[in-house]
Amino acid sequence: MADWFTLVAIFLLLTVAAALVRCWRGPGPVERIMAAQLAGTGVIGVAVVLGAARGDAAFLDAALIGTLLAAIAVTAFVRGTAKPGAKE
Amino acid sequence: MTFAFDLILCLMILGTAAIALFVRDALAAIAFFIAFGNLMGLAWLGLDAVNVALAEIAIGAGVTGVLLILARARLLALGDAATSTGSPLLLRLGALAACAGFVVLLAAAVLSIPPESGLDRVVAPLMPGLGIENRVTGVLLAFRAYDTLLESFVLLGALVAVWSLAPAGAWPGRPADPGMADAPMRRVAGTFGQLLLPVALVMAAYLVWAGSDLPGGAFQAGTVLAGGLLVAGMGGTIGLPSSDQPLLRAALVLGPVVFLAIGLAGVAAGGLLVYPAGLAKALIVTIEYTLFLSIGVTLALLVAGPPMPGASDPDPEGKG
Amino acid sequence: MSWIDLAVLALLGAGLAFYAAGSLGFLRFPDTASRLHALTKADNLGLGLVALAAAIYGGSLAVAAKIALVWLFAVIAAGTTSQLLARRARLDEARLDDADSAPDGGLR
Repeated sequence: MADWFTLVAIFLLLTVAAALVRCWRGPGPVERIMAAQLAGTGVIGVAVVLGAARGDAAFLDAALIGTLLAAIAVTAFVRGTAKPGAKE
Repeated sequence: MTFAFDLILCLMILGTAAIALFVRDALAAIAFFIAFGNLMGLAWLGLDAVNVALAEIAIGAGVTGVLLILARARLLALGDAATSTGSPLLLRLGALAACAGFVVLLAAAVLSIPPESGLDRVVAPLMPGLGIENRVTGVLLAFRAYDTLLESFVLLGALVAVWSLAPAGAWPGRPADPGMADAPMRRVAGTFGQLLLPVALVMAAYLVWAGSDLPGGAFQAGTVLAGGLLVAGMGGTIGLPSSDQPLLRAALVLGPVVFLAIGLAGVAAGGLLVYPAGLAKALIVTIEYTLFLSIGVTLALLVAGPPMPGASDPDPEGKG
Repeated sequence: MSWIDLAVLALLGAGLAFYAAGSLGFLRFPDTASRLHALTKADNLGLGLVALAAAIYGGSLAVAAKIALVWLFAVIAAGTTSQLLARRARLDEARLDDADSAPDGGLR
């Protein structure tokens, strides 16, 4: 059964790689940040799955930190956005 | 199966690192750096080094990514295109030679360690004397405590350095308002910040507590707290404190000072940074709880930057 | 292989399908809003199903509760970030008419 979880982890890594292709291609800044976000979700999934495969609950703390800090990069990215025509 | 996982992970780490280094667009480089940090966290998990994985995911992927994103925004505001331009060939070759030399030295050092001589077997017999089970915490706060003590002061020194960049007349003021410029976004981020800050505080407190026996510790916890403070600041949930606020100053120095005081008191028990027998765990937990608070506030203020003129929106609510 | 194992495998498979759909959509969809739509599938359902499988397999209530927290905060974070990114993308589109503005959306 643990092998299945490892297989799932491999597959999740491949989806992260696919997301990173879009990050490479862009075209816009929003796409790149979205790709980083999707890669983060993939990595959280891998941490959960690896934790199950190894039976180590501490892996979940890593996943939990990942989810808590996941939104910060996006928040920082959009913070300076202003309405067109609005004064700075 | 595990081999295939490790192989793919290694390739992806190398790939993201290479792209982060060579891509021209700054934001693409930052996005790949964040992905790189996350993948490195997985690699540490794969090696069962969960302590390091927690730190890498929190600091490498989380807070450093934010720092880079804000730095890019600042560059753009200053009129820089934030894309890399070509550098002289000689400079590139020199950098390549220096890095290659360093890698060879590092590899030689690592390969010269006999496989049986891990630090683990030195530390393991000493752990019962501390009353805690996490060997990394044991090394960081007991056996090599002066390293950690100095690090906590280095972090404080970094904040002093950032603050010293404040323009004349801005001191002692607040850092530039980190809040969202756009009102609807500010509402969304504010709601999220109201939720995240208390949760981050609980998570950080848990990480310190778990750090005695399980993976965790003050630096990871402090980073999680800093993340909560930053989102709350960007959403306008909390206002940034003026840099001369006594409460803020107290929060900044609390951890290092408590650490130093306990270390000096150790002279009575036999030497600097020696914990009296039986009290080791209580003292370590005390140091870690005060240290995580100071680290969290310091990291958040490091990201917020130096005091700026005009950022004097009166807000009595300080953090810390 | 017990029924529980089968359920775990089925959940893993479904979760992977959503992760794959999210990544594929993110890769193939033509515009930002559709890509954002694809992204949330992986965030919410992909992680949710995989986490549910891990929680059942983990077999202890404490582990299951922790996994539930992971998913809960992933969903909250995803909801927040997708709103922020969608608004940013819309403002960027509106700005395309504004020839004078900075290419990256007037970041401070």
